[in-house]
Amino acid sequence: MTRAGEKKSIEAPIGLNGNGAPAAQPVSFTGSCPVPIFDHKEIVLGHGSGGKLSHQLIQSLILPEFSNALLEPLHDGAVFSIGDTRFAFSTDSFVVKPIFFPGGDIGELAIHGTVNDLAMCGANPLYLSAGFILEEGLAVDDFRRIVQSMKRAAAEAGVLLVTGDTKVVDRGKGDKIFINTSGIGTIAPGVRIDPARAHAGDKIIINGPIAMHGIAIMSVREGLNFETEITSDCASLNSLVAILLGAFPDVHVLRDPTRGGVASALTEIAESAEVGIHLDEASIPITEEVKGACEILGFDPLYVANEGKLLAIVPEEGSDRVLAAMQAHPLGRAAAIIGEVVENHPGFVTMRTRVGGNRIVDMLSGEQLPRIC
Amino acid sequence: MKFLDEYRSEPLAKKILEEIRRTVTRPWVLMEVCGGQTHSIVKYGIDRLLPETVELVHGPGCPVCVTSLEMIDKAHAIARQPDVIFCSFGDMLRVPGSEADLLVLKSRGADIRIVYSPIDCLKIARENPDKKVVFFAIGFETTAPANAMSVWQARQQGIKNFSILVSHVLVPPAMAAILQSPLNRVQGFLGPGHVCTVMGYSEYEPIASRFHVPIVITGFEPLDLLQGTLMTLRQLEEGRAIVENQYPRVVKREGNRVAQELVNKVFEVCDRKWRGVGSIPQSGYRLRPELRDYDAESLFNVEGITTAESTICISGLVLRGVKKPHDCPAFGKQCTPDHPLGATMVSAEGACAAYYAYGRHLQLKHEAVTAAAAPA
Repeated sequence: MTRAGEKKSIEAPIGLNGNGAPAAQPVSFTGSCPVPIFDHKEIVLGHGSGGKLSHQLIQSLILPEFSNALLEPLHDGAVFSIGDTRFAFSTDSFVVKPIFFPGGDIGELAIHGTVNDLAMCGANPLYLSAGFILEEGLAVDDFRRIVQSMKRAAAEAGVLLVTGDTKVVDRGKGDKIFINTSGIGTIAPGVRIDPARAHAGDKIIINGPIAMHGIAIMSVREGLNFETEITSDCASLNSLVAILLGAFPDVHVLRDPTRGGVASALTEIAESAEVGIHLDEASIPITEEVKGACEILGFDPLYVANEGKLLAIVPEEGSDRVLAAMQAHPLGRAAAIIGEVVENHPGFVTMRTRVGGNRIVDMLSGEQLPRIC
Repeated sequence: MKFLDEYRSEPLAKKILEEIRRTVTRPWVLMEVCGGQTHSIVKYGIDRLLPETVELVHGPGCPVCVTSLEMIDKAHAIARQPDVIFCSFGDMLRVPGSEADLLVLKSRGADIRIVYSPIDCLKIARENPDKKVVFFAIGFETTAPANAMSVWQARQQGIKNFSILVSHVLVPPAMAAILQSPLNRVQGFLGPGHVCTVMGYSEYEPIASRFHVPIVITGFEPLDLLQGTLMTLRQLEEGRAIVENQYPRVVKREGNRVAQELVNKVFEVCDRKWRGVGSIPQSGYRLRPELRDYDAESLFNVEGITTAESTICISGLVLRGVKKPHDCPAFGKQCTPDHPLGATMVSAEGACAAYYAYGRHLQLKHEAVTAAAAPA
């Protein structure tokens, strides 16, 4: 940057760029948005978005230090054997504003999140830990409400909270309450969920309408009020997983599309299994309310968070059974086949759009930001 | 969804595409002016549905992309000040200035907030009387009325701790600049639907006749864009060059008079710098002199900040295909997506940024779409 007095002008005449060479107008108006910064010196919110920045942070800073065979698959949890029993072990931290939102609160989210991470490993979740970081000034009644809500969610999911920890930080040093939960579960013989097993010909099934959690949170943040209340889909998915594995044990991949949404989850799978994925936009379930909210905000629902959804990647011969099993479960009534794994374009997700065009579905760099245009 | 699904119907899209194929007898280059139109075209893969002889080039209508580096540096200089609450539309937060972006400044402690309307800033100003609230007023004619209204209301309500950093740009001078360029390839325009909702389209009529170029004011849904394309191609094939309105459900010839009056009370036309392009005469708005108390540029004394775009950048040659990005001595060295020197590195789809960010993946991506588009 220069300041007045040492002015270096860019007042190039029309048709010329800075070096006096003729600019190739009109193409010098490349009408897409500027490339975001990647090489950050500080942590920015985008590092927690589940998109490219999150991946970059994990790949460049965490993996090199802790690399091991259990961590490297970067699945929702680690899978290992002790004796003849296979276990899944997972951890997740919860920071959400507001802490109470339509359809849930941070407490039940903390139970569902870790239960779901275990379920996505094909495990039956058994025991959970909980770590609370409380901000000085948090109303005890609010904390009680959160704990009650965790109790209900744990009972519904059939898990026991067996160990925990509580810390308090100075006022202003935390955002009311942060919760970490970890969990362990056992995996039945014959179940082999692994993102690397996604195989050409497999069908991709989702258990219901997308983007509800993210939009529910957005809708109650300051300044946004929609006429109809959009509620979060947050729910424990272990009973649904048990039913679909019962219907067809050889499910290849399960993934809960939380942060970063369906697009980021499927991109990760395409990259790790080195397969292509092709979606059909028209078959992806979405409610009218969520669609409307996304239109207003300029959000693409494919990138909006879910907390009660799973993607099942299933061999074609099992897809009808899995779909029927899902549709018979309360959390899977609107289940649908939304695409398939293909041999073409390994590492990439493409989508047939609503009007019959095709596009790449890439991972976002950071948070999805409301657009001006 | 009512009033949206109707404009995303695949059978109707196929009909229009068939009609386009019947209409086109030779190659044509059309430009969609708006960033919103570009976004829809990419999102729905519309450019790939058109016959190969119809090329869509992306226009200057993304306000985020064309806001000058200098103006972004001014915004950052203001946002860094400790007593400032800096408010912006969301997608400006990630645009790199010379040193950082607003998200980074936020991580360093600056109070930066996303708002959905500039009017929200007035509430923030009332609630924070000890802070100075600044709104980054960017955009085309579309956002000008709401931005004008924020200043108008601030004055009416006696709010003293609110100001706006104005970087408004105007569409017609940019279109004229494109058409005047000796290297211009654009033969017809899909005109800016939402700009014309505010301004009407009479000011485009002299451009159509002076440059003998068809301009079809077009909406943003897939069927709008396809129909706008068809209407433009029909004019080209028939040798006509007039302004037509594909988007009459929203746009009237005279536009929104009330909004125009408000804009004229608050803003006046000025010269404006465009990122990657330079200065275009009479292509922007600034606050009228009598509203100087609301002008963040003078209140925070950032008028003197000038940021030079690079002199070593060869983006003009890269864009014409004369040079490759790696032929540039600055590529990957002084010039990276973190510190872009020219438009081709700033824009995500710019050749230099694509080479840098995706490298070999770019070709794979192209093949992926081609393979997906191929019949099974």
